[in-house]
Parts: sequence; C-alpha cells; structure tokens
Amino acid sequence: MALPTLLNTRNPLADSVTQRDTLGALSLACGFGDALARVGRAPLHADRISVLQINVGKRCNQSCRHCHVDAGPDRTEVMPPDVVDACLRFLDANDIPTLDITGGAPELHPSFRDIVRRARSLGRHVMDRCNLTITRLPNYADLPEFLAEHRVEVVASLPSFGARQTDAQRGTGVFEDSIAALRRFNELGYGVQGSDLLLNLVTNPVGAFLPGPQQALEADWKRELHRKFGISFNRLYTITNMPISRYLQYLIDSGNLQDYMDKLVAAFNPSAVDGLMCRSTLSVGWDGRLYDCDFNQMIDLRTAVDSPQSILTATAAGLASRRVTVGPHCFGCTAGSGSSCGGALT
Amino acid sequence: MDHYYHAKDLAKFGDMGKDAPELWQKFSEWYGAVFKEGALSEREKALIALAVAHAVQCPYCIDAYTTASLEKGSTPEQMTEAVHVAAAIRGGASLVHGVQMRNHVDKLSM
Repeated sequence: MALPTLLNTRNPLADSVTQRDTLGALSLACGFGDALARVGRAPLHADRISVLQINVGKRCNQSCRHCHVDAGPDRTEVMPPDVVDACLRFLDANDIPTLDITGGAPELHPSFRDIVRRARSLGRHVMDRCNLTITRLPNYADLPEFLAEHRVEVVASLPSFGARQTDAQRGTGVFEDSIAALRRFNELGYGVQGSDLLLNLVTNPVGAFLPGPQQALEADWKRELHRKFGISFNRLYTITNMPISRYLQYLIDSGNLQDYMDKLVAAFNPSAVDGLMCRSTLSVGWDGRLYDCDFNQMIDLRTAVDSPQSILTATAAGLASRRVTVGPHCFGCTAGSGSSCGGALT
Repeated sequence: MDHYYHAKDLAKFGDMGKDAPELWQKFSEWYGAVFKEGALSEREKALIALAVAHAVQCPYCIDAYTTASLEKGSTPEQMTEAVHVAAAIRGGASLVHGVQMRNHVDKLSM
C-alpha cells in the first residue's frame, strides 16, 4: 500500500518555498556558499554537460518515505510531447554522451520507450533510474527485455540487502518484488560477468545517518545478495539522503533535522566539490524548466537568471559553464565521501 | 547538574585535552589508527566497538557506535546480534565464576 504524497495530504512541505524556508531558518555553522568560499571554490560553476537528466514526471507506483520528488501514484505531472521533443533535439544538437531518465517511475511515461529508442538511435548512452517493482506490474512485465534489447543501463534502487529495512523505506512487499525483478534482469544478462548490460544498484540510508563507504559496502552487498538470492550486479552507488520533500518531513517528524544538517555541514569535504554532479549535469523538469540537479528541481531552485531557463529555448553554449545555484541542501552532496546520482565522489 | 549523563556531552569529549593536551593527542592518534581499515574492515571494527560499548555500559559509546555501525553499512539485525554476543560473554563470565564457587564448596564440604 503506497503512502500518500505530501501534495495529496496538503502538507505544507509540498510547497517548494516552504521547504526552502524551513532549511533557511535553521542555524547552521555556515552556509554552503561560505563553505565553498573558504576552500576557494565560490561561486560554483558547471564545467561541461556530460549528462542530460530528464525528469519525465512524478507518477510512481511507489511512494517511498525518503523520496525527494514527492512522487506517488496520485501525482499527475507528465512531461508533454513538445518538451520530450525539445530534450531529444537538445541531445541531438550537442555532444552530450548520456541521457539519464528519471522520475517518479520514468517507465510510466507514455513515451518512455520512444524516448529510449530515439536517444539510442542518436548513439547516446541511456540510463533508466528504475525502482525495480515497476517490472512486476502486468503491463510492464516485458520492460526488462525492452531495456536489454536497447542496451539501456539500469540504475536500480535498493536501500538494503535485507527485507525489513527496504520495506521500511519503500513500502511493504517491495523487497520481495525487487529481488524477483533483479533475478529477471540477471536472467537477461544484466549485471552478469562478461555481459555489457549494466545493472547498478543505489542505496540510500534508511534513516537519519550518512551512507557508508561505497567500495567496502559494494563487496558486502555482492557477497550477501549472491549468498542469499544468487543475485549479481555491477556497481553499488551510495547516495546521501537530501533534506528535501518527504525526507525533510521525516527528519522533522523524527526530531533529527537539526542534528542531520549539523552532521552534513561538519562533514563538508572540499575534495568532493570537483565531482559534484551539478558541474556536469543539466536537469530538465517535466515542464521543460532547467535546473542544476534533480534536487534543485524539487525545491524549484532554477538555473541562474543569466542562463537559459527552459529546454524549449536553451542552447548548450549558454549552459555549459553556467553558475550553479546552491542552498543548504547542497551539503548533502559534499558530506563525507560526497554523493551524486553516480554514488560517492571521492 | 541533576543527571550524570547528557547526550550533548559526547560533543565535549575533546575537553579532556584541555589540561593534558599531550596525553589527549596520543590517545586521539591511537584511537583514530585503531579504527582505520586493516585486517578488519571499518564496519567490523564499529560492530566490535558497539558490542564492547554494551559490555562496559557506556551510553555515549552506544550512541556513537550505533550511528557508526549504521553508517558503515551494518544492518539492525547484525547490530542486535553483536549486542547479544556482548551479553552472552557478560553472562558467561558470571556463570563461569560458578566453577570457583563450586571449587570452594568442594574445599569446605565433606
């Protein structure tokens, strides 16, 4: 049973301004811009666009407790055809090697398969941020075959190799369905030694703490998932939970917000700055608006005012070295080993 | 001061260096080196520390190494088993002293 979204329950935190105000009202040891300035990295600029990440909508068959998108079955936002076309035109017109498709559950977008086909026909690497359970729904049972046919990299969410923690974050029964989905991907050659079909897993901490060391955890996960379920995969990405949307609500409800933010600030790691995903990614919202990352997108912190604001009119030349818009949540990407959609940064 | 233990006091641990800075520095360096990855992983060392924290009943250490164990990737199931190991050794340590009691009984009894 999916949890209701913040929007559906009329929670004030469904509003991006309320989220920004909540974070802004905290007393932190320093601001993110100050932290960058102290290590000579302010203002932060992008240095290229190597990934075009498109958020095709907020609909999802799950509603996880940590979701920074506030996605769920009751969300209706879907990227319209003219925005889809603009994204693919932008990809075609520029030397951007990777299309990263996210959501919500991106596969619920009515044109998901068409987007994949078109991007692959342009010769681009395509990543699908998959919640795994989508492949267990009857209408999407052939999704793994489709993804394999088009050599799509699957980046799958799984917070733990145990059922209790996974279900606590993602909903009852999610672990069992996720294991079944992973087995299917393995059967098709995903994550299997000698195959070029990439199956990478993403783990977010199930609670108010930072993720563990990625390399050591990957070894544990490979051992445990293979021992318990015979499952193999390529890489494990550890991602820090961002104090945004439903995870922000969780931090408030559990009395952990101030301590969590203090921890992120104290763990600021200057060596993570170079690899920040905002420096190499352009994020497109379902309505075509442009952002420096998916997290900025969810709290409506748009690209800098002197940069293009919409994919409908954007040129890569105006975006490749844009100034990045930052806020207190950015400490989530520089804490400890750093964090990005591709896992740890250092 | 109406309580002996305050959770916020953990953050003041460094105050122990105020009047003995050289000793504190030696302790800090040694402590840091102990918990670095070696023949044991950082995760395994954090689990050992968690178990010992329960054996010595240090509330600060329990908080610190609960967080550390989670952040190093241990699951609540693994952490609970670690605490059971500590409890079993504590319980066993008491019980095995019963042999001394029985030896003394034998010495004094007909």
